[in-house]
Amino acid sequence: MNFKLKDIFPQLITVTAVVLVFGFFTYNAQINMENRGIDFGYGFLSQESSFDVQFSLIEYDGSHSYFRAYLVGLLNTILVSVIGIIIATILGVIVGVARLSPNYLINKFAAFYVEFFRNIPLLLQIFFWYFAALRALPLPQDAEAIFGVFFLTIKGLYIPAFIWQNFSVFFYSIVAAIIAIIVIRIHAKRVQENQGKQIPVFLISIGLIFILPLLSFLIGGVGISFEVPVLKQLATTSFIYEGGVSLPPELIALTLSLSLYTATFIAECVRAGIQGVGKGQKEAAASIGLTPNQVLKLVIMPQALRIIIPPTTNQYLNLTKNSSLAAAIAYPDLVLVFAGTALMQTGKAIEIVSITMFTYLTLSISISLLMNWYNKKIAIQEK
Amino acid sequence: MMSKINFLRPDKNNLNTFLYLGSFLFLISVLDVFINSFFSLNITGFLPGFLSFLFPLILGFVGLYFIRIEFSGIKQLDLLNKHINTNNFNAVLSLLIIFVVIKSLPPILSWFVIDASFAGDTKDVCTGSGACWTYIKVWMRRFMYGMYPNAEQWRINLSFIALVLMGSVGYFATDRFKKYLTLYYVVIYPLIAFLFIFFFISGGPVFFDFSYGIIAAILSIILGFFIPAKYKFYYFLIVPLALYITLKYFIFFEEYVELGKLDGLNWVETGAWGGLSLTFIISFFCLIFCFPIGMAFALGRRSNFPLIRYISVGFIEFWRGVPLITVLFMSAVMFPMFLPEDFFIDKLVRAIIAISLFEAAYVAEVIRGGLQALPRGQYEAAKSLGMGYWKMHIFVILPQALKLVIPGIANTFLALVKDTPLIFVVGLLEIVGMLNLAKTNPKWLGFAMEGYVFAAIIFWIICYAMSKYSYNLEQKYKTDR
Repeated sequence: MNFKLKDIFPQLITVTAVVLVFGFFTYNAQINMENRGIDFGYGFLSQESSFDVQFSLIEYDGSHSYFRAYLVGLLNTILVSVIGIIIATILGVIVGVARLSPNYLINKFAAFYVEFFRNIPLLLQIFFWYFAALRALPLPQDAEAIFGVFFLTIKGLYIPAFIWQNFSVFFYSIVAAIIAIIVIRIHAKRVQENQGKQIPVFLISIGLIFILPLLSFLIGGVGISFEVPVLKQLATTSFIYEGGVSLPPELIALTLSLSLYTATFIAECVRAGIQGVGKGQKEAAASIGLTPNQVLKLVIMPQALRIIIPPTTNQYLNLTKNSSLAAAIAYPDLVLVFAGTALMQTGKAIEIVSITMFTYLTLSISISLLMNWYNKKIAIQEK
Repeated sequence: MMSKINFLRPDKNNLNTFLYLGSFLFLISVLDVFINSFFSLNITGFLPGFLSFLFPLILGFVGLYFIRIEFSGIKQLDLLNKHINTNNFNAVLSLLIIFVVIKSLPPILSWFVIDASFAGDTKDVCTGSGACWTYIKVWMRRFMYGMYPNAEQWRINLSFIALVLMGSVGYFATDRFKKYLTLYYVVIYPLIAFLFIFFFISGGPVFFDFSYGIIAAILSIILGFFIPAKYKFYYFLIVPLALYITLKYFIFFEEYVELGKLDGLNWVETGAWGGLSLTFIISFFCLIFCFPIGMAFALGRRSNFPLIRYISVGFIEFWRGVPLITVLFMSAVMFPMFLPEDFFIDKLVRAIIAISLFEAAYVAEVIRGGLQALPRGQYEAAKSLGMGYWKMHIFVILPQALKLVIPGIANTFLALVKDTPLIFVVGLLEIVGMLNLAKTNPKWLGFAMEGYVFAAIIFWIICYAMSKYSYNLEQKYKTDR
């Protein structure tokens, strides 16, 4: 063993300091909890929560446990994050490409959008949409239908609900289509490597993903009908919509501001990525006879994606973490339901805050692992 | 010379015809939208509804199609074609953007200026359909200073003016003093700012508590000269803090507190601070604190000692993985549980600690990027000159690495400023919090929009100026290398 005091000493001091600080905190926490008569433990998770949540994806009311409340909050957080990520990605890619447009007006318009939304605090944007913009919407009884089926009112957006017959057949048909596409892609790659022939994978994929579900409608006995929201009078001045799916204004304000805000950052990532691919690459690809589509697909995109993905992952993480601002407008996400209401009721500050933080940590790490895996997959294989 | 005109293919031979026709159609379409939006007159009202709606778009499209003639020889036309009219798709997009801008101008203008009310100081003057800037005017002091007493607000103004003046010293320093600037900005200026805020803005008998710190610092610096260089770092890590605690809890007793008391200024508790000035105070302190912490963890993450590396990685990844709002929750409800019972930390201080630790993790990653970007040769050269770890980093590595990451640090700081509204979690109300408070005031209901627009403009100006500044720095250092 090659022990050197010089190497051990600094580490020892650092570790001792960390241990001391943590020990100090734990010791104080124990004394404080003893004094206040709180006991430490996660047993409260199975107790009856006895509070209601106004919007939840799973069945929930006051008689369910705190753990169920935690799940409700977690699912609501994930819902906002996923919707936000999808919208922000679409918007961000469009704006990022628009910023590179040779068209002066489009370019400036995109730049204006980015500079405008990027430089205003997200919380302010959420407040603006929720307290100012969405409050200017009409009351349910005055709302005009959009396309005859959507109702945008001060109480939220009402959209028709799907009522499926034999939903499982439809679902399996989509799964089958996806599996078939993967098989065909692998096969196509092998064919190209062995024989140099190209199979139009993209067209086949599009065809499969539409035709299989369509077949399930025609012969699988799958049916679909819509339940359109209908205005209903509760009292002389109080109206609501019944039937269909209602999206609360909190959810709309939150997804809107999250995606508008994050899209500006994604747009900058996309712009940097596309600009990062050298001009020579495009010219070289064209000169060996690739068609413009092939140049984009085989040369530009793989290189641009390598530059785009790491910072975009960071933006996805930021969006997920920023979704916790929901607590400010009372959208029942993890922070509001669990670290807010549940904490106030049980007083278990340490347990609840640590669970909440641990959950966000897990979410962040799983997103970044997923994106790292994808990033590694598309990275240059250096020989 | 007039050749045959084919209206489907504009060409150079009939330049004038196409140019006149095209610009005429294009101008008509713009004029139609303009009249429609500014004077609410629909000059194409005679057409059926759907066509009337699309009329300007079709007309403008045809007009732009006619004037899309390559190498026309007219400079302006070529420029126009190159910039907004390269093909059909771009032409449609350009038209749409022009129409959207023309359409959205009148409502925005009338809301902001024409129909807005500026005079008076009660809600009654706000009868028009426009914005009620009277509301902002009446609440201005609250938005700027929070609940800080009106009579004492000169203290905040004076402190900020003094700090800005002292901050601008760098621009006027002559070459002889330039070398001391780093010391000034890193040590002296933050210290003065700290004193200003705790003496001046807070007021009251905080003096003595702080003077323990000064005594401890001076004592430990004097003692520090006798410590061998090898252990100096650990000495300065431990001894000043230990001295401070000893002084405060064991040597000086309560009766001495009166000694250093500065009685001139009324004490204003931190709960009353607020508004935009609180945003500045928090951003300023978090910047000062998060920078050294972040630097320490960046070095720790690149350390050769595995234990220090793991601890740094754990710290950085933990703070980067959780949202700021939960960190503030922790500082509000969980942190007091971790402290001795009689030990009370002010909630502003707790918030500043929480935000500083949070941002330190981001700063650490930015600085690590700078450290990694330095070529290995720099390390090797410094080592070959016989420099130790600290000498190497302080004189060779960090000055270069920090210069590289100035834009990154500026971006982190920008994020920090945009995160300050979150302190509503611990019950502190900076400008956004004050807006939320003001809009629930029964006398001033219904002006949420004006308030948010006002705050958005202020934040936008601050953040845009900062991002432009960081961009300029980036450009400057790019050319330096």
